[in-house]
Amino acid sequence: MRVELRNIHKHFGPVHANAGITLTFEEGKIHGLLGENGAGKSTLMKILSGFYRPDDGEIYLDGQRVSFHHPADALRQGVGMLHQDPLDFPVMTVLENFMAGSPGGMVPDKRKARKSLKTLGEQFGFHLDPDATVASLTVGERQQLEILRLLWLGARVLIFDEPTTGISAQQKERLFQALRQLASEGRTIIFVTHKLYEVQELCDTAAVLRLGKLMGRRTAPYDLDDLVKLMFGRVLKMERKPAVPLGEPIFRVEDLAVESARVRIRNVYLEVRAGEVIGLAGMEGSGQRYLLRACAGLLRPTSGRVWFRGREMTGRSYLDFYQAGATYLPATRLEEGLLPGLRVADHLVLTRGSRGFFVNERHARDLAQEAIRTFNIRGRPDSMVEALSGGNQQRLLLSLLRPNLSLLFLEHPTRGLDMESTLWVWEQLLERCRQGTAIFFMSSDLDELLNYSDRILVFFAGQVSAPIPAEELDTESLGRLIGGYGFVPVEEAQTMSVGEAAHAR
Amino acid sequence: MPGERREAMVTLLFRLASVVFALLLTALVLVLVQAPPLEAFRLILKGAFGSPKKVADIFVIWIPLLLTSAGLLLTFHAGLWNIGIEGQIVLGAVFATGVLRYLQDTTIAPTLALILAFVAAALGGMIWALLSGVLKVYGGVNEIFSGLGLDFVAVTLVLYLIFGPWKRPGVGSMSGTEPFPRELWLPTLEKMRLSPWALALALVAWIMVIVLLQRSYFGLRLRAVGRNPRAAYLMMGLSPARLTLLAFAICGVFAGLAGAIQVTAVYHRLIPAISSGYGWLGLLVGMLVNYSPIWIGPVAWFFAMLNLGSIQLPIVLKVDSTLAGVLQGTLVYSFLLGEGIRMKWQQRRREIGESE
Ligand SMILES: Nc1ncnc2c1ncn2[C@@H]1O[C@H](COP(=O)(O)OP(=O)(O)OP(=O)(O)O)[C@@H](O)[C@H]1O
Ligand SMILES: [Mg+2]
Repeated sequence: MRVELRNIHKHFGPVHANAGITLTFEEGKIHGLLGENGAGKSTLMKILSGFYRPDDGEIYLDGQRVSFHHPADALRQGVGMLHQDPLDFPVMTVLENFMAGSPGGMVPDKRKARKSLKTLGEQFGFHLDPDATVASLTVGERQQLEILRLLWLGARVLIFDEPTTGISAQQKERLFQALRQLASEGRTIIFVTHKLYEVQELCDTAAVLRLGKLMGRRTAPYDLDDLVKLMFGRVLKMERKPAVPLGEPIFRVEDLAVESARVRIRNVYLEVRAGEVIGLAGMEGSGQRYLLRACAGLLRPTSGRVWFRGREMTGRSYLDFYQAGATYLPATRLEEGLLPGLRVADHLVLTRGSRGFFVNERHARDLAQEAIRTFNIRGRPDSMVEALSGGNQQRLLLSLLRPNLSLLFLEHPTRGLDMESTLWVWEQLLERCRQGTAIFFMSSDLDELLNYSDRILVFFAGQVSAPIPAEELDTESLGRLIGGYGFVPVEEAQTMSVGEAAHAR
Repeated sequence: MPGERREAMVTLLFRLASVVFALLLTALVLVLVQAPPLEAFRLILKGAFGSPKKVADIFVIWIPLLLTSAGLLLTFHAGLWNIGIEGQIVLGAVFATGVLRYLQDTTIAPTLALILAFVAAALGGMIWALLSGVLKVYGGVNEIFSGLGLDFVAVTLVLYLIFGPWKRPGVGSMSGTEPFPRELWLPTLEKMRLSPWALALALVAWIMVIVLLQRSYFGLRLRAVGRNPRAAYLMMGLSPARLTLLAFAICGVFAGLAGAIQVTAVYHRLIPAISSGYGWLGLLVGMLVNYSPIWIGPVAWFFAMLNLGSIQLPIVLKVDSTLAGVLQGTLVYSFLLGEGIRMKWQQRRREIGESE
């Protein structure tokens, strides 16, 4: 189906999120939609899929003018969307979720649905257990389920809003495969992202939005510098962490072990100095999060001892770490990081604390205003956090970190951020390093890990390596380690060295 | 901001419309049970406003209802369903009765005895509420289940006391314990059951909750924990456990005081139904005001008026005595329906981008 957007406008209060966008998406192709955070990508796609109504402008499907009052309207006419922050029903089973929204009348035909789920799934290599609960699925599997559901409901235009955030490398491979297959069957695929290499790898065309306007459109093959310039108005490049003089040791673990059904992390000895950055590398779910949480007092390690700023903190809770100057930044923004229903200003007051019994509203607004200015957040002091775009939520989260922290634990600090914002975030973080903050961060971006870490811990299948100095690694060698080639868990490394020592004698 | 003012106008219009709708619906119910609706409405108004004493009686109901609603609003904001509220009122009443029974045989000044009774009641309500809190925080027991259980235990305890250790000389009966001597009654207006002291207490509680929730840092932290305990813990270093216990404790204090007022100002003894169901009604008020503490005053007052007005209804119209409950239910549901429609409508407006 051929999709045509003509002169689409959309305002949110003073924000002109879409300012007269005209774009055509031909069928049988994969169309990239690029743009920095807050450029208006999600808004445009929500208009196309019936979640929002445009203030002005027209939508044509195969030359027919349409207007949607509801996402279900759009889906009936063949347009389905996978959201950036998925809105699903986690208490349901996979099958129930699959059937949600189907026009089966009062008594849905479970048998038929089960069969369709299976045959459709097989076509794309998605293996989902129909009786598992949705809550037990990974982000990638939820996404597969949603794709199947939309296809079953007859979607011919499929919109993916930043679908590769938070899924494993394998799931991403499978997703790309599925998208290519869908396009070759004549469906129209729109792929929203700000990762250039994904566009290069997957998309037949790329349209770039910036501040609500269409900056240009290109077809493959692309000149990456040209795309970057369209996105940001200038050329950007990621640079290595400059040498920060390291200070005193401020954090130390001895003989730490975290064990569960999935992970077997043992014999971790680590001393971290002020200003140092430790990267945690590995495929999603390889055990990084366990170690990170155990170090921060969020998870009780099986054994081992922990010191922070000269005090033994073994067995202490996260609140003790927090008070001693550590903070843990979670990856899921709306689930673990922000308070839906409260304003930006409330968030700042809550993290900065209030001197008196009463909240000083002026002070709160000033704090928020300052955070908005320095962190370049598109929003107002009294915006509710759920109304911010994904990238702006991430900026807000970073702005909430207290000044003068000694230790930061970061889960995917730049996930969902465009390149310019990523560079900017690291500028901020490195500035903190210069003032003596030590950082632990996990990431699935190899360049980010290599460029900003002093040492890297590699995780594979629930085990961890000894720390490796970042300058001894490059993208290729790190990528291989993450995939398990040449990976040596720390416990074996140690027994080996003991064994070798014995041998040498 | 003009946008905000317009939103407020729309909200008001919708609320008025749902009240009108509620009246129509209740009229329909009345027609169904073959009672003349206009006559019924007239009787309710007469029952509530027929005489100065009756008007004063509205406030007699309003006072404990306002106290429990105020407490419940704190727990609502902390994201808790404090179903144990009934038990907390009852425990307040029990503690107050216990203290007064003990002190009535001593020479202590009545004022002091009453003050001690109120302090004990506050403590009793608080302990009962903290039980729910502790079970939730340290035992992982959902407060709805523990609350239901504790309500049941409290009612059983009252029956045991009335028919056991505290029974009237001779034989225990459903009419309750022996009334206290007159000097231990909370002073009321002449020939009425309305106590200015109790009224003052309820008003103070109301204002306190407004200030706490809308202006104080404590209220903000409570809301943070209620909205997302995980984020409040990670990013703000708040302790959800501590704030949960605090919210329960304060709510328990208010509920306990309501129980003390029932004992010292209204019934002057402990009776089996000492809470008069104000806990449940308070939950309803809390839900209806949708987190806005200012509104609990008028809404609780409205329910108090309805409660009083419909007492006579079944007798005069010769309909079943559960009718009053049906009427209240109808009102609540049509109100909630109206609110639901309003929120959907305003959301849509906002999305379409006309809010400004
Ligand atoms: N529901 C809303 N209410 C108010 N403002 C909104 C709403 N949705 C989006 N905006 C604003 O509109 C602008 C565009 O947001 P949009 O979500 O389309 O950005 P995006 O390109 O998807 O960014 P990201 O890469 O961060 O997801 C932002 O400034 C955002 O704050
Ligand atoms: Mg977006």
